[in-house]
Amino acid sequence: MTEHRRRRRPARFDDLGLRRALGDRMLPLLVAAMAFLAALALAGSAGAAALARHWQEGAAAALTVQVPADGTAGAAAVVAALLATPGIAAAQALTDADLAALLRPWLGDAGSAAGLHLPAVIAVRLAGDGPDLAALQTRLAALAPGTLVESHGVWVQRLAMLARSLEACAWLALGVVAAVAASVVAVATRAGLAARREAIEIVHGLGATDGYIARRFAGRATWLAGAGGLLGALAALPVLAALANLAAPFVATQGAAPLPPLKALPLLLVGGLPALPLGAAAIGFVTAQATVRAWLRRLS
Amino acid sequence: MVRLEGVALHYLSAGRPGPEALRDLSFSIPEGGFRWLLGASGAGKSSLLRLLHLAVRPTRGRLAVFDTDVGRARRAELPALRRRIGMVFQDFRLLPHLSAFDNVALPLRIAGRTEPQVRADAQEMLRWVGLARRMAALPSQLSGGEQQRVAIARAVVGRPSLLLADEPTGNLDDGQAERLMLLLQEMNRLGATVVVATHNAALVARHPGPALRLAEGRLLGDD
Repeated sequence: MTEHRRRRRPARFDDLGLRRALGDRMLPLLVAAMAFLAALALAGSAGAAALARHWQEGAAAALTVQVPADGTAGAAAVVAALLATPGIAAAQALTDADLAALLRPWLGDAGSAAGLHLPAVIAVRLAGDGPDLAALQTRLAALAPGTLVESHGVWVQRLAMLARSLEACAWLALGVVAAVAASVVAVATRAGLAARREAIEIVHGLGATDGYIARRFAGRATWLAGAGGLLGALAALPVLAALANLAAPFVATQGAAPLPPLKALPLLLVGGLPALPLGAAAIGFVTAQATVRAWLRRLS
Repeated sequence: MVRLEGVALHYLSAGRPGPEALRDLSFSIPEGGFRWLLGASGAGKSSLLRLLHLAVRPTRGRLAVFDTDVGRARRAELPALRRRIGMVFQDFRLLPHLSAFDNVALPLRIAGRTEPQVRADAQEMLRWVGLARRMAALPSQLSGGEQQRVAIARAVVGRPSLLLADEPTGNLDDGQAERLMLLLQEMNRLGATVVVATHNAALVARHPGPALRLAEGRLLGDD
């Protein structure tokens, strides 16, 4: 195939003079900037998706039960009742040391020293969809009056919603970046058409088809946009690595189940970044083809 | 081969039809025919050649080239027809960034010929027009006469069935002009239809032949 093509046409034969008309500076640099932004958007999207999934899988399956301090004896009964309830995987009262550790950021060591009457706090992990919370609340309050059942579900769901919105925004940004990249290629192609108008008319007069002329432009634009995309992806690499480092603790420490911590980013680095030059090249090819073919219709 | 029936052409100026460059032209040229195209500047010689080269389509009337109705043909049909037409422009219209060799090779490469064939044909044609030693030169490094010979070589290298020339001897001395006429007559003898627009009365006198005479966009005579 390659041998056949070489026989057809020397590789460096630039009949329309596009090496100068479609310069190798401005277009690749602009596309590189677009690819860089696209890499950030991809990272944002993947990160937000990972956080949303993580929060939902981890924290949504948890419940906190508070038993008032004066009914400490009731706490053990509440734990026993919880463990006997279907849909609950585990229930464990926090020790005084655990509570003191939780309060230390707010009260310092004064909390335990002041001998505050702290409620007993029971951490509950749900299995599956968990029990009916309203019924559970009534049942536990009868056992130990003043007992509160606090679901993490509501605010976790809000957080997850926020994360999903962020993810949607990131995809939107990616779409806008792609559209801008296509515009940049279209403007550069039109400038090239204007600069090579006479050469195009001559080649057209010699019997070149629209496809022949469009291929010349698309070949050049594909190469320049692809190179720009590669440049942008390489520039984004260290930034994404740093972001992955920063994000890792958030996903890694929450939740009881050992979820794969930020697997999303390495996956993105492996799959998403190489896709950027390819995507940029595809945008270059399609845009140049469409722009040139539309322009050529003015010739008979 | 070429047939015109009531053909008119007006160019658009600012989107509106401008003055008519050609009016009510009817004539035909048989396959293998030869025609001088004569007339003063502005008579419409170049416009008629543009029509025959399929660079513009007629505004009115019917133009058939190679038995294809040019006015009604799909755009995609025209490139294949153009590849059978050779055109020598008054202003040469060489590609300035390509060498003489690459300029002459261009029609063959567009037609998709293999590279060994391109090389052989283009070199032979450049030798024929006396530019064997200037093959690598850019048009800007060539004299006017040399550029014209490159333009002629490019027009005939694909062995066109229809050969059009607009003032092809304008930049040539008498000896070169004679040599060119011999080439055109040779192409004609081999079967190509040839149309040559010129001001050069002496050349026409030396090579008498049927002529289309234009004045103000109309055909005065077809003899």
